[in-house]
Order: sequence, then C-alpha cells, then structure tokens
Amino acid sequence: MHPWLPFEWIAATRFLREGRTQSLLIIVGVGVGVSVIVFMSALLSGLQSNLVKRTLSSQAHLVLLPAEEIARPQFGEGQALVQKQAQRLRSIDQWQALRGRLEKLPEIAAISPVASGPAFAVRGDANKSISLIGIEPANYVRVIELDQKMVGGELRVNAGEALIGIELARDLGATLGDKLRINASSGASDTLTIVGLFDLGNKAANARNVYVGLRTAQSLLDLVGGVSSIDLALHDMYQAEALSQRLNAETGLIADSWIKTNAQFFTALTSQRISSNVIRFFIGLSVAFGIASVLVVSVVQRSREIGILRAMGASRGQMLRTFLLQGGIVGLFGSLLGSALAWCFLALWRTLAVNADGTPMFMIEVEPGLVLIAAAGATLVGVLAALMPARRAASLDPVVAIRG
Amino acid sequence: MAETLPANAVLQLAGLKKSYLSGDSELEVLHGIDLTLQRGEFAALIGPSGSGKSTLLNLIGLLDRPSAGQLFIDGVETSTLSETEITRLRGQRIGFVFQHHLLIPAFTALENVMMPLLIDRGRPDTAMRARAAELLAGVGLSERADYPASKLSGGQQQRVAIARALAMRPSLVLADEPTGNLDTHTADDIFALLREVNQREQTTFLIVTHDPRLAGRCDRIVELVDGDIVSDRPHPIPTKHLPAD
Ligand SMILES: Nc1ncnc2c1ncn2[C@@H]1O[C@H](COP(=O)(O)OP(=O)(O)O)[C@@H](O)[C@H]1O
Ligand SMILES: [Mg+2]
Repeated sequence: MHPWLPFEWIAATRFLREGRTQSLLIIVGVGVGVSVIVFMSALLSGLQSNLVKRTLSSQAHLVLLPAEEIARPQFGEGQALVQKQAQRLRSIDQWQALRGRLEKLPEIAAISPVASGPAFAVRGDANKSISLIGIEPANYVRVIELDQKMVGGELRVNAGEALIGIELARDLGATLGDKLRINASSGASDTLTIVGLFDLGNKAANARNVYVGLRTAQSLLDLVGGVSSIDLALHDMYQAEALSQRLNAETGLIADSWIKTNAQFFTALTSQRISSNVIRFFIGLSVAFGIASVLVVSVVQRSREIGILRAMGASRGQMLRTFLLQGGIVGLFGSLLGSALAWCFLALWRTLAVNADGTPMFMIEVEPGLVLIAAAGATLVGVLAALMPARRAASLDPVVAIRG
Repeated sequence: MAETLPANAVLQLAGLKKSYLSGDSELEVLHGIDLTLQRGEFAALIGPSGSGKSTLLNLIGLLDRPSAGQLFIDGVETSTLSETEITRLRGQRIGFVFQHHLLIPAFTALENVMMPLLIDRGRPDTAMRARAAELLAGVGLSERADYPASKLSGGQQQRVAIARALAMRPSLVLADEPTGNLDTHTADDIFALLREVNQREQTTFLIVTHDPRLAGRCDRIVELVDGDIVSDRPHPIPTKHLPAD
C-alpha cells in the first residue's frame, strides 16, 4: 500500500490485480481497439499529408492578387481604354507597405512577392509560350519548395540568369549553360543563361514555368517596381480559407486560398476524415462496451466485498470512484498497449508498402501527440464505460450483498 | 422498569419494527423491539432460525432502516440522519463480525485490519499500520500479517475479522453467529477472544449464537421468537461455573 494513494486507488488497483486474467483480457481488448485507431489515424494523416504535399508542391497556401478593376463606362475614350487596361499586367498597390503589414501577422510563415506574366522563349527555330515568373529565391522557396525540385544546376536567379523546367528544356533542345531569348508581350526582350533545371512533378508546369529574378521579370513584363501577386505560406495551412477572407476584407485584394483553388480535393480529404471519424467512434463504442461488461461482471463477483466495505463505513461515493478508476486504469493501460501495437503495425507496414525501388510510398509516424490523445481518450472512455457498473456498485444494498 | 440514564447506553431501541414487502402484503418481521445495552455489556441474542435475529442486527448495525420506532447509538437518534451521516456513524461506532468472516481476499491480513481506518481517513499512514499490527498481535496473528487473506484458515480469518471490527475502537461490536462456521475448539477460542476484548477494552458486544453453551458464557441473554423479545435475563453466573468443554 503506497502511503500517498487514497483508498479508492488502492482498492481499484488491488481489484484489478486480483482479477488478473479478466483485467489482462480487457486491457488487450482495449489495446487492439486503440491500436486500430492509432494506426488508422497515422496512416490517414500520412496519406493525407502526402497527398496535400504533392498537390501543394507547386502551389502557395494563399495568393494575393490585385483587386479586380470594375470596367466603368467611360465617356469619350470608351472600349479601347478598358480593353487596354485589361490586357496590361497590374501591380498590387503599395505592395511594399502591404508586405510590412503581412510580416506582422502571426499566422504567416513566409511572404514571397512574385512578378509573373506571359512571354515567349525562343531558341533557334523553337518558340514556346511560357509563364515568366520573377521571384526572390530566398523567400520563394519558403512558399514553394523549388529547392527540392532542382534536378540540375543550381537555384540562382541573378541578372541574366533563368531556371527552366525539364520539359521546356527538351522542347527547346536546351540545357544548362545555354542561352535563351525571352520575348515579352510588352515588346521587351532579354537574353538569359540557363543556370538550373527543375522538375515540379507536373508536365504542364515543367513546360511553362521559367523562373527569373524579380527585377528581370519586372522590366520584361513592364511592371517596374510592381508585383503581380504575393504568395504566402501559413503555419497552419488549414487556416488558409479563413485568412483569405480576412485579408480580402481588409485589403480589398483578391485572396485565393489553396482550399478554394482545390475545392474538390479538399472535399475529398474532408470526407475521408469524416468516414475515419465514424470508424473511430464505433471502435471507441465497442471498447466502451467491452470495459463496461467486464466491470459489470466484476461488480457482481465482488458484491460481498462491496457489502463488507460498506459495512465498514465506505461511502457510496468511495465505491463509485473505486469502480470508475478501474475503468480509467483499464483504458489507460489499454491505450499504452494499443500505441505500442500500432507502432509495430506501422513498422510492419513500412516494410510492406514500398515503391518498386524500395523507398517507402510515403512517410507515416506515430506522433507523440497522437499517443497522448489516444491515452487521454481511452482513459475517458474507460471512466465513462465504468459509470453504469460503478453506480451499480455504489447502490448495492450491503444487507443483500453480505447475505448473498 | 427502572431504566438507566440513556447517556450510558451504547444502544437504545424503542418500539423498533421492521416489515418486508412480500408480494402484495407486508410481512412484519420485528414487532416493536425495546432493548438497551450499557457500555461494556457482553450480551447474547438467541432464538430459533427465522425469528429475526439477523434482521435486528442489520438494523442496529445501520445497514438497514427500521419501518418504525427509534434507534439510538451512543445517544444519537438515527432515524433523521442522512445516508452519509449513517455511513459515517456506522464506520466509526460499530464493528461487525460476520459468520462468513468476509475478509477482502485481495488484501493481506494486516491490510484487512487497516481497512476501516483507511476508509475513514482516506489514505494509509504509519500510525494506522502500527494500530493494525497491534490488533493482529492481540488476536495472536502477528506472524500472519503479510499473508493474503485468502490463504488463512477459517479460524485465522475470523480472528482477523475480529481485529478488523475493533480497528476504529467502536462502541458496539455486532457478531452474527461468529463461530457458526468453526469447529468447537476454534469456536471456544474465538469466543474467549471476544470476551477478553470486552473485558480489556470495555467494548459492548451483541452476539447472535445458536450455541447455548456459548450463550451461557455471556452476561445477558436476549431471546427473540417470531420478532418479539420473549426473555431478557441477566446471566450473572461466571463462566467458570459452567462445565468446561
Ligand atoms: N429482505 C427480506 N425480504 C423478505 N423477507 C425477509 C428479508 N430478510 C429476512 N426476511 C424474513 O424475515 C424473517 C427473519 O429472518 P432473519 O432475520 O434472517 O432470521 P434469523 O437470523 O433469526 O434466522 C424470516 O422469515 C425471513 O424470511
Ligand atoms: Mg440469521
């Protein structure tokens, strides 16, 4: 008997230890349930974050674009002017000041101003329509992992330098060190050296994207000093939609979140999560019924002991807590066993679910947070499951219990 | 009848009735019991099977509530007490020794003796442990202190139960056929132990027994027949006058 333990704890642990077989069986039962939940959660979050990562590898969490200009009917100048405005690239008003304000928002992890627009890449006879993207590389890679996508050369966009995709390199028959002529629709043109090749994992992007320095793009696209968008990375990507609405309201800029841009994909993720929650709920329910049934049997078996404890002055509350604790302890130990089992499943899964080349299909981990949540959840489920048996123990008539 | 001052009475019953519902009709098992036990009395409760002895003991032990009448423990009228107060009073003032010793098998002999103190104080402490060890020594079981209760013989279990009943220094110990399950020799030992405690600690005892030999060794014999006390006689004859075994 540990001196610091209250009566209820002592009685609960002794009862569990005495009914060793029952206790072990139910702990294993809880463990199996918890392991399935933990394994499934880890698998799902691994799968989802992998899907999200692939989807978002060439997308920012949030993109700020210039406000849409309302085409006002104008006297005199008429359509021609409106037409011309629509064609011209527009910059985000006072974007430097905006950047300063964005830097103060705690949700934002990285800010990358971008000047981009259509252009043509010419080399010899080949002439390809491209998307010219001017970036500040240090900031850009914190929003889009271009540094992870480099397959040749290096990520560097000083004046006169460009990065192109592997598809465009093939289309133009160009490689590292070759020169490339860029003609913008503004009429400006420049000759750049290819210093890096990338593979964004997307054929269209590999064929169209050409990265240059921000200044180079600004002058080619007739956007001197301006940017066509500001790309943002958030600490919590699922905040993107909420933040986009806030920024839109505050700045009047168009704010596109990845959630809106990939609405279907996001819905698929959400429904996957809902269905897994449903499964989790039912596993939790069956775990609860398992604990409850074992404790109901235990209360019946221990009626005499409960009666004698009551005769010795134990209150209803003390008996209630003794059995609630047993439920909680079973839940807690079951969840620890379950987490260990889930860890084994995952180790096994990692050796089975591999690509042809032996690399894992995607990374999954049992995070400590998940184990903590499982432990807290299972303990709570155990206590709730013990509620009915514990109330039965508390309301037992000692006279009947002792005689019986 | 010249009653002593209630202040000295450990137990006082006045018109105590108990009925049970059997089907549609009420079955009255106790028909108005009047009984007073003074501090230090060592009384036997005898009567044929089914006469209501256990029912009466359960009422006195505050395990059950009377249908009518008054029940005082140490001068405290119990009919108006709440469930919590009743439980507390029971734990502190009354010790039980049952026929089927009823130890808690998950605990050792010593821990079983400690149990009433543990329940009362909430947490174990060294004083409690010392008190339990002293009580176990008093019933001659020091060397069995760390045995699991389930590993003890019937006589040893009953000794532990007696030690446990005394843990809280109760005013009144109720024993329902404490020797009913034991052989004659062990029964005598246990009875002698109860008597010794009674004389040493001035603890009041009310002992249900079928054994006229044992009843004869009590100071007072209360006889219950069909829910009424039919005789209540002091038994001043010292035990040594009875044929010894
Ligand atoms: N819970 C109960 N419900 C109905 N009848 C009961 C109950 N408990 C005891 N009785 C009845 O009360 C009577 C006295 O029983 P009891 O006090 O056990 O007698 P004793 O202990 O003297 O043998 C018996 O007729 C018994 O059937
Ligand atoms: Mg009886």
